[in-house]
This record gives sequence, C-alpha cells and structure tokens, in this order.
Amino acid sequence: MISAFFIFNQKGEVLISRLYRPDVKRSIADVFRIQVISNSDVRSPIITLGSTSFFHVRINNLYIVAVTKCNANAALVFEYCYRFIAIAKSYFGKVDEESVKNNFVLIYELTDEIIDFGYPQNSEIDTLKTYITVTDVVRSEAPEESSKITTQATGVTSWRRQDVKYKKNEAFVDVVETVNLSMSAKGTVLRADVDGHILMRAYLSGTPECKFGLNDKLVIDKNDMTGASDAVELDDCRFHQCVKLNEFDASRTISFVPPDGEFELMKYRSTSNVKLPLRIIATVNEIGTTRVSYDIVIKANFSNKLSATNIILRIPTPLNTTSVDCKVAAGKAKYVPGENVVVWKLPRLQGGQEHTFSGLASLTSTTVRQVWTRPPIDVDFQVLMFTASGLIVRFLKVFEKSNYSSIKWVRYLTKASGSYQIRY
Amino acid sequence: MSGQTGQDAKFFQRGKIQEFRAELQAAEAKDKKFMKRRTVLKKIVANITMGNDMSALFPDVVQCLGTPVNEIKKMVYLFLMSYGKAKADQIHLAIPKFLEDCNNHDPLIRALAIRTMSYIPIPVVTEALTDQLRHCLKDRDPYVRKTAAICVAKVYTADPRKAEKAGFVEMLRDLMLDPNATVISNAVAALSEIGDRQDGVIFKLNLTIANKLLAAIAESSEWGQIYILDSLLRYVPEKHSDAELMAERVVVQLQHANSAVVLTAIKVLLYLMNYMENRRLMDYICKKMGPPLVTLLSSGPEVQYVALRNILLIIQRRPSVLKNDVKVFFCKYNDPIYVKLAKLEIMYRLAREENSREVLAELQEYASEVDVDFVRKAVRSIGRLAIKVEPAADDCIQALLELIETKVTYVVQEAIIVIKDIFRRYPGKYEGIIPKLCENLDALDEPEAKAAMIWIVGQFADRIDNADELLDDLVYAFLDEAVEVQLALLTASVKLFIHKSTSSRAKELVHKVLKWATEDIDNPDLRDRGFMYWRLLAVNPRVAGEIVLAEKPAITTDADRMDRGALDQLLLHTGTLGSIYHKNPETFIRNAAGRALADSPALNANSRAVLVPLARIQLPSTGVSIPGPGPVEPHERKPSPPPPAAAKPAPPIPSDDDHDGDDGEYEGDGDGDDEDEAMHVKGAAEGTDVDPYADLDNAFGGYVADGPRPMGTLTGKRGGDDDDLLF
Repeated sequence: MISAFFIFNQKGEVLISRLYRPDVKRSIADVFRIQVISNSDVRSPIITLGSTSFFHVRINNLYIVAVTKCNANAALVFEYCYRFIAIAKSYFGKVDEESVKNNFVLIYELTDEIIDFGYPQNSEIDTLKTYITVTDVVRSEAPEESSKITTQATGVTSWRRQDVKYKKNEAFVDVVETVNLSMSAKGTVLRADVDGHILMRAYLSGTPECKFGLNDKLVIDKNDMTGASDAVELDDCRFHQCVKLNEFDASRTISFVPPDGEFELMKYRSTSNVKLPLRIIATVNEIGTTRVSYDIVIKANFSNKLSATNIILRIPTPLNTTSVDCKVAAGKAKYVPGENVVVWKLPRLQGGQEHTFSGLASLTSTTVRQVWTRPPIDVDFQVLMFTASGLIVRFLKVFEKSNYSSIKWVRYLTKASGSYQIRY
Repeated sequence: MSGQTGQDAKFFQRGKIQEFRAELQAAEAKDKKFMKRRTVLKKIVANITMGNDMSALFPDVVQCLGTPVNEIKKMVYLFLMSYGKAKADQIHLAIPKFLEDCNNHDPLIRALAIRTMSYIPIPVVTEALTDQLRHCLKDRDPYVRKTAAICVAKVYTADPRKAEKAGFVEMLRDLMLDPNATVISNAVAALSEIGDRQDGVIFKLNLTIANKLLAAIAESSEWGQIYILDSLLRYVPEKHSDAELMAERVVVQLQHANSAVVLTAIKVLLYLMNYMENRRLMDYICKKMGPPLVTLLSSGPEVQYVALRNILLIIQRRPSVLKNDVKVFFCKYNDPIYVKLAKLEIMYRLAREENSREVLAELQEYASEVDVDFVRKAVRSIGRLAIKVEPAADDCIQALLELIETKVTYVVQEAIIVIKDIFRRYPGKYEGIIPKLCENLDALDEPEAKAAMIWIVGQFADRIDNADELLDDLVYAFLDEAVEVQLALLTASVKLFIHKSTSSRAKELVHKVLKWATEDIDNPDLRDRGFMYWRLLAVNPRVAGEIVLAEKPAITTDADRMDRGALDQLLLHTGTLGSIYHKNPETFIRNAAGRALADSPALNANSRAVLVPLARIQLPSTGVSIPGPGPVEPHERKPSPPPPAAAKPAPPIPSDDDHDGDDGEYEGDGDGDDEDEAMHVKGAAEGTDVDPYADLDNAFGGYVADGPRPMGTLTGKRGGDDDDLLF
C-alpha cells in the first residue's frame, strides 16, 4: 500500500510530505526529484527503482506523488491521486502551488484522515467537510455531534449528511458528451465514439431516493442484437458509488440516494450511430518544397435551431513555415508560429451553415528536405441541447418521506476538446 | 484554517529552532485564542515539510498538547509522528495525554489518538497502546473500530509476535463479522496485509466467510470494496458451483465508477474462472468484462496506462473478451507516449485478417510521427503483422518499402530488421526486393540492423550478383564492429563461399574473416564459431554447405503468447504493479508475496496441468532485520486451514523457474476457452534456432519504456547493496 504521499512543485521543492509506513524515509523525496522532476524525458507515470515504486500525476505544474514498497494496486493508487485532487479542488477551488501552500495545514489534516497506513479511507467530500473545515470554527466538542459524523463516515450512505434542508428542492442534470473522432484523409471514419458523463447537482432535502431513466439499452454482445429501435445503444456504463449496482444488474433501474450538491452520477460509452456534429473537408497540398495550400470547409451537421459555439480549429503547418496567408469569410484565423498551427476561431456556427478557410503557407527552403508528418487537424467546439449519441433523459423521480415536490432541469451538451481529429 | 481560503503560504519560510522555542514560551504567558501557538506550530510544520530538522523542539511542542484546540492537537500529533521514533527517550512526555485522549468521550478523538500512537513504532508507545487498542477494537462506535482494525496492521508490522500474543489477530478475525461494512473492509485489509507477510499468519477464507464479505461489498466505500474483492482470492472454491455463484455476484461490480474496483473485480472473475465449469456463464462473464475495460480508456492517462497493460495480459488468456474492438485502441495524436506504446502492442495482438487493413493503415500513420521509439515500434509492428497475418503480408511489405524510401535512418534500420524475418516466414516470395534493401547499406549504423542486412546478403548470396563486393565492403571494419555484427559477418562470408565456391574473391574473403575470428578476436563465441566453420570447410565443403544452409524452422507468431501457466499466475496480480511490468512481484519487489492458483477438486484440469507453483524467490536481503518465521500458532489458523501455500503438491509438469515464457512451449489446451485462436503445439525442433518472437518482451526488446530498474544502476555513489532507499 501507499508508503508516502508527496506534493512537489515544478522546481522539485516538497510542498507536502506525509509518510504512512516505516519502510520509507523522507529522503525518498530526493530520489523522485532526481529521477523524475529533473529528468527531461519521463516516459511513464510509474517508475520502479529497486523495490520502491513512484506513482505520479501532474496537475498545474504540481506533481502529486505516491510511493509504495509493495506490489501495490496501481489503479487504486492513481484513483486515489485523482480523488485527492478532486477533494482539494472542492476545498480550495484550484490546485496549484499557491493554494497548496496556503492550505498546507488543512491538507495534512485531510491526508491523515483519508489514508491510514497507506489504505485509502472515507474520501467522500461531503462527509469530510462536516469535520475537517476550512473555517476557523472551534467545533463544538459535543460527543453527540461526533457520533453523527462517525456514523455517517462509516455508514451505508457515507456520501450524504442526514440533515440537508432546502427551501426549494431542485435537481439539475447535465448530460455532457465528448466526441472522439479520428477521420482518415480519405474521409472515412476510423473511429468515432462518445464518452458521456451525467453530472447532477442535487439540492434536495432529507434523504431522497431517486430513480433515473434514459432511452438506453445496454448492449452486451452486439451479435445478439435483433431488430432496430429508437433506443440508444450504450456499450458500457459505470456509476457513482451511490447507485445501487445490484438493482441495476437485476432490473436495469438506476436508483440512488444522491450526495448533496454536485457529483458525477454516471459515465457511459457509445460507439454506434454516433452523430458527428461538425463535418470537416480538408484539402492540403504541398506545392513544391516552399508552399503549402489549404482549403478547409467546416459544416454544421445538425438542426438549424441549434448552434455550435466556441469553435476552434487547429490547422498544422510545417515546421519551417515563415508565414501563412489566411482568408476566411467568418471568424478569425491566425498563424501561431510557436505551436506550428493556424488557429481559426469561429464564435458561432448555426446548424446547416458552412464556412471555408483558404490559406497558403510559405516555407523557408531547407538544405535537407524534411518530411512533414502532417499531424491531424484538431477541432474543439460545443453544441448545446445536442447529444451525439442520441441519448435522452426519460425521467428523474424523487421520493422522500416528507413527500415534497421537486423541480428537475435537464441540459445536454456535446463537445470536443483535443479529441476531434481529421487527417488530410 | 485561518480565514476562508487559507493564507498559510507565509509560513513557508526557513526558521530557527531558537526562535520557534522563544515564541512558544512567550505564548505560554499570554495567548489569546491560542493564536500564537497556532502560528508557531504552522511554521514548525512548514519547516518539517521543507526537510528541516525540528526534532530539538520536542519538549516544547509536547507542551502544547494541553491546549483544547483540535487544530493544535493535530499539528502536535503530526510532529510526534515525524520525530517520535528519533526522540524515543522523550516520547514518555506525550503518553499521558495520549491515554487521556484514548478515553475521550468523542469518538473522533479516540480514533485520532490510537491512530497517531500506532504510527510511532517504539516499545514505550506500543506498550501503552496495547490495552487501549483492545478496548477500541470493541468500541461501540464503528469509526473507532475501523481505525483500530488498521492499527492492528501497524502494531503487527512493528512486532508480529507481540501482536499475536496480545490476541489482536483473533480480534481482527472477529471484526470480519462486524455489522458495519467499513469495519469489515478495514479488518480484511489488515488481515490481508498480515497474511502477505512471510512471517505472518496464514489468511484464508472459507465459503461462509467469503459470502459474508461479498454481502458487505454493497455497503462498503469504494476503497473497502477493493479490499474485500482482493481478499476473495484467498478463497479456494471446492465445487464448480461455488465459484460460479460467487462470480455472478462479483460481476455487478464491473459497473462501478472507480477503475480500481473494476480491475479488482476483473481479477476476481479471472481467478474464479479457473474453478468454473459452466461454459455459457464463462462466455457471459468474458463478454461482460470487455466494455468496462474499454471504458477505462476514457479515464485519466495514468489509469489508461494501467488498464492497457492489463488488457494486454487479459486478451492473451481470454481472447474473447475484446476480440472485436481493435479500433478503440487506435492512438490519438495527443495521447502520452506511454499510452501510445501500450496501445500499439494491443493493436498488434488484436490484428486479424478481417481488420488487418485498418490496423496497417494506422501503423503507417504512426510511422510518420515524431517520437523515435513510437515510430520504431510502429515499423516493427508492420513487420510483425506481415508475419502474423499472411493475407496482409503483401501490403505490409509495400508499406515497409515506402518507409525505406523516406530515408529516415531509424525507420530504414527498423524496417530491415523486420524484413529479415519476413523473408524467413515466406521463403521465395519477396526476395525480389533485395536490391532495394541493398541500396541502403550505408545508412545502417545500428548493430541489429547491420546484422540483419548482413544475414540477408549471406543467405541470398546466390541471388545477389555483387554479394561478394557488398560483403567485402562490410568486412572492412570487421575488428571494430559489435560482436553481433561480427558473428553475422562470419556466417555470411561462409555462406557466400558455399554459394560461390568458385569465386576467388569469396575464397579470399572467407579466409580473411576466419583468420580474424580465430586469431585476432578475444570473444570466445566468435572464435569457437570461426574454428567450427573452418574445420567444416576443411573436412568436407559439401557437407558444410548442407549444414550451414540447412532449411530453417519457420518463423511463426504462435509463441507470441506467454506461457499459459505463467499467465494464469500473472493474472492473479491484475491491476497491480506486477501486471504492468508483466512480472511476478516476488521477482522484483523484496518481500512481496507471490501468488499461485491453489489446487482443489474444482480446479480446471488444464489450469492444473500448467500450474506454476510458488517459487520462493528471495531478493537480496539488506540490513533490515526481520524476525525469522516463528511457529504458526494453531489457533491463528482461519476456519478452514488448508496447508500453507508453500507446501502444495508438486504439479504434474516439471516445475520450471524460468516461467516468463521465453521457452515458448505451449501445451494444447482442451478446455477451449480461448477457441478464438487455434492452439499450437510447437515442434521440438524449436530449440535449434531462437525464435525472435518467442517472447513478447524480447520482441519489443529495449522498447519497454518503463521496466523496473535495479537500484544499483543509479545510486552509484551510495553503494550497490543499499536496495531499500533508506538513507
């Protein structure tokens, strides 16, 4: 299990150092600094030296590091690092050097609570916040209070406090889909799939039992499929700790007692009938050795009632490009020499619309003719009220013993960032 | 904790012991709301973090324990955990306060006290803790009990025999039946830790307990679920139906959001399948495992990496898990390099006739990327694809020739290495491209590529008109070449001579090389081979020809998969470091517990046939003293006490320590659970020539970015045997 936990800054200074087991000393931090932080070519998130293994996750120039001396469960260690980051974000907004330094005492308190002897313990943010607080309240030392906390921290619904109260009971559901696309130069789809996340913000009093329904069907074996229907095929879905997996397995109902506030209810994946919101047709020609011409058409492939926003195309240029002459009818296109791309930004694209970019890159002549690797064009965008998988929330029912009525909101968003790639 | 957002960064400054001491003393006189003490303690904690030795402040800091503020208490405890061991002579100052807290009416304080005490592994503290811990293990508050359970693991680590004498192990065992799931899972975690120690008690589960634990999973925290799932490998099913029922209950966990829960559930399922009989259920489970594994690829890159390395193992044992999913393993341009390299191996493994076109197109794309390792591996994969999927061979060769056209040296070299093997796989089919290859002779500067090219020239000397000329050029720097190249040159010149025995140039050449090899070279392999050739040629050139140009065993990729028994064993470590490096943990981590399938009437006959027993590998022990294995007290045994793992009956096949699959022997496996690919019983002729594809790790030799490294290579100045990094 985890023998030590460290946070380093970019320079390799230790910001947090917590040893959990007697098999390591603090000086082990030096080994990590030398082997990983000072090493310009780190090619793995896990480094094993002798019997000691270092696991690291990077965030905002920080290294979140766990050290083990045993055959640790690697997935558990990384999940713990991710969880630590999530907790830290929830406590103090962002996780960077400044915020870690500003909250180091709190972090020590947290790390003492959420790991014991290297074994992750209760890491439910809502519960942690009941007894590990940012504010300087001298907690009432009433043992009844503590008993409530301990019951909750070890209880069946460790993610939810008992005494949640709201005047207005509301629940917001956000269906957020990330489209991964890889399209070949010939225009055939090499791979298109959707990573979906259903995020929920529950502001509900008491202990509400929720039931959630989608127009999905989970496909275990595609060969068993018979007949078509309007149901969306999900290849897989995974649920937050609060969802009763036994019930899902038996009757496909998603039922749960939600944590208070924001959480990720489920993740899913879909690979069939993915609707690609944007179509890109790219013609890129290398003219001789000194010029490259671009002709790129972007087309919105969805209902004209909707629109895509914040569209950013990154169009790669050869390394020896000196300048690019860009012509666009809409948006702004600019050559960014530092990244070797032309960035074409379109604030908005109505369904059905299309726009064209044409450009001509001038290259310096090099003595050795270098082959240009032609990295893919990358497109980022967002489309509100659109799901690439076709998923729809059918219902969200809330049952609570006081029988209050609640308001539910649903929003859909399809987006891509760094994963919508077109080769040419 | 002062202020809403925290403003503690200002305390991150190096300070002097005397200053802090003075400030603490000043605070004793007047300290409104204990603010002064709070501030000094924060400075001290910051200095501990920065690595400054604050231990001299021990008595002063302990003084603060009297303050009725939890924040201060926690900082003092942190101080005690850091320096308690170094200041064993002063720790008694803190003990009365500890004991007071152990009996506090607030459960959080009670738990905090025993948790902190158990972090200070010195006899005075442990002594004081023993009684308290006994009470806390039976505390009415579940939070205290769950903390106490982990404390037992700590106490056991500090002194196993003492912990056993105090009866803690039995108490832990009883906690497995606690009404609270969190307590149960921590008790299981602690018992597993104790059971994994070489000097620990044996921890096994019987069916009743295993079922009780399974029932607790639904109510456990996600981490607790992992501890419980993991412990299920300590249960050995006696009947097929027991394994099947249990698997049906574990399958549910595959839907959990935490990837470690998913991977650990998969580990349990793979384990139970060794004891199952119902084919339909097994097929169903395999189908259920695929999608969650693929979904792991939308986690963070680190978890993706863990998942990919595991998938590579799983599909070798259970190909039906992911047979139709090659596309999801295509690399994204911005994947981190470790993810890309891992995906590449899986793509190759999933490549079949039906998808070979798509896979090849992807590999070609990768071959033009920037990262040298990745490009080389992509090129090599194209070659391996040609060897694996015969109908794709033509396209692959075409792709390789196009790559050679690029003249990028490492691409060319890599291509030539694989083409050599393609020649051997498809004799008489592609030799027409030899002239193209010969054009690139000058570009070769790596021994492996050079040796491959020289092999080609020698082997096909009869088809290359100017072979003698080419070889003559190549032997020019014979004495400066790497041994690998020298060996290739020696063999090639002998082959040339046999092919063209009439050519005087060939005669001259072979004479020259043989003379060098036998007279000027110190390497015994080279010299011996030189003498052997020389005598062969001297005694009977015709027979020499038959021997040197004998028909070679065909290259296949059948042996690509790891040895089945070794795989079964490795899969018991799914999700752990061992599964990432594809090595049994006891072979690279000191004191790591190995695992082996336990025999039982329910064990699948084929699994039994290839069973690899636990090899007790002792990594070099260092100065850390571990008390020798004491007698296992009979009452420590768990309800069903099967014989200890080490005493298992020998398996029917000869035990072979070298189970990493490099011998590539493959037994036919009749249970057909991976009927996806036909089984191959490899001929005994194998041994004559080392098949370069016999072992996955070797085939990608040098390209595993992350193999565990022995400590000696980097400590250098610290001395080689300091393996444990405890400086």
